[in-house]
Amino acid sequence: MIQILVKEFNGFLDSLIAYIVIGVFLTVVGLMMWVFPETSVLEYGYAEMNTLFSFAPFVFMFLIPAITMRMFAEEKKSGTLEFLFTHPLTDWQIVLGKFFSSWLLVVVAIMPTIIYYFTLSEISSPAGNIDTPGIIGSYIGLFLLGGVFTSIGILASSITSNQIVAFVIAVFLCFILYSGIDSLSVLMDSSSTQVLLEELSVIHHYNAMSRGVIDSRNVVYFGSVIVLMLSITKIVLGSRKW
Amino acid sequence: MSVEVNHLTKIYNHQKAVNDISFEVSKGEILGFLGPNGAGKSTTMKIATSFIPPTSGHVKVCGYDVVEEPMKVKGVVGYLPEHNPLYQEMYVREYLSFVGSIHGMKGVQLNSRISEMIELCGLGIEQNKRIESLSKGYRQRVGLAQALIHDPEVLVLDEPTTGLDPNQLMEVRALIKNIGQNKTVVLSTHIMQEVQALCDRVIVIDKGEIVANDKLEQLKNNQTTLKKVIVELDKEVDESFWDSLELAQQVQKLDQHTFALFCEIEKDIRQDIFKLVSESGIALLGMKQEEENMENIFHQLTQNHK
Repeated sequence: MIQILVKEFNGFLDSLIAYIVIGVFLTVVGLMMWVFPETSVLEYGYAEMNTLFSFAPFVFMFLIPAITMRMFAEEKKSGTLEFLFTHPLTDWQIVLGKFFSSWLLVVVAIMPTIIYYFTLSEISSPAGNIDTPGIIGSYIGLFLLGGVFTSIGILASSITSNQIVAFVIAVFLCFILYSGIDSLSVLMDSSSTQVLLEELSVIHHYNAMSRGVIDSRNVVYFGSVIVLMLSITKIVLGSRKW
Repeated sequence: MSVEVNHLTKIYNHQKAVNDISFEVSKGEILGFLGPNGAGKSTTMKIATSFIPPTSGHVKVCGYDVVEEPMKVKGVVGYLPEHNPLYQEMYVREYLSFVGSIHGMKGVQLNSRISEMIELCGLGIEQNKRIESLSKGYRQRVGLAQALIHDPEVLVLDEPTTGLDPNQLMEVRALIKNIGQNKTVVLSTHIMQEVQALCDRVIVIDKGEIVANDKLEQLKNNQTTLKKVIVELDKEVDESFWDSLELAQQVQKLDQHTFALFCEIEKDIRQDIFKLVSESGIALLGMKQEEENMENIFHQLTQNHK
């Protein structure tokens, strides 16, 4: 697994993908956070990072599928998947190697925004008057959300040999799972269906984590979605044997 | 036995790609796998490298079953797939190091092995380039280096020389011949000269079935019973003109001046032809004895088989 992870991550660094993804992510959230008057913390007046945590999922919704779209689609098109399958690697090692390399890139993109926390902490009045547990919870939520989107992207990439198709499917699935089913829940008559749909949406669990309480239910939700998506990916890859 | 194939059948969506074939390859042998396009060569190779499972039957490589112990099989086989898929954006050394690490090599051992492969496959001057900037011949060498890096016991090469220019062709063949001295090599091709140049034994496969499995010399003798001599005259004559030739088993008129005469393979009919023609006052413009070549044998084997 580690060989695939290293190879894929080197691939990100070697092509421009890593720099573009990190650059675009930081530029967009930086502008939202500090420059655009409607959303800027400086205009808002409260030492909160809600701007970052509410916009980052929407940026990820497009950036993460862009990172993952080539993972299997390109290998299928160029035939290198046959190379991987005829070398001593299990399907799980291939899937996990690709998943963790993409997730790692997402995490690397998030890391620099930690500076925002220290900046805010300095400029708040009095200094240090900031909801630290809430922000830590939100970061863990964002980290796990990145994992969910990455696993969706990997799955989308495994079902097609066309990168654009993989990208569009991944964006669509990320959107539906993030807030689509949550918004749909309003249309349901019975309240139990409403609750069920809410519970299934990423945004519900993501928001819960931003309250600064790490509830095992939320973590288990994120973990299960990732495992489910990667398991389907593994089944899709195994379908060559049917 | 390095490779054992037992009653192997592969069916893709109701289409039989390989139909109940069995053969064996012993250690140190270079086996040519010959057949027209779509005969089932690649399918057999994909099964032998654990890429796809057989529909029925068994394949064992170095004693490991391809379905039950795929990781073991993948560890002892070096495989060069048909279109030689490579990671275009990687550097030659980086790629070989990646392949080596998959096989569990690391550090100094891996580095010295990479250098060895670069030396063996003649990649010296190209070793620091990206794969995408290499010519086809060099890519093929990278493919071979990749297949050889873990010192496999069995080498499976699916059409290793397609698309190479004549010089590259000679070089890659020499390389395979060199490697084949102490490894088992299974090589698929539809080029006859390649088989003649490289292989100890040939298996001809057509429509998923083995139509011949023999040494090359044996194959030639089995398939040819008559020798063909083409004679060109300056005057028009009838077929009956040749009646007095006792050795001629069969006469065929190709056009008004040209005949094909067939005689038994051990006999030589040419002196008699010359005498007969010169006695009857006709000029002999040309006479050529045709060797039965591999193309013809291939043609006969795969056409007769319906």
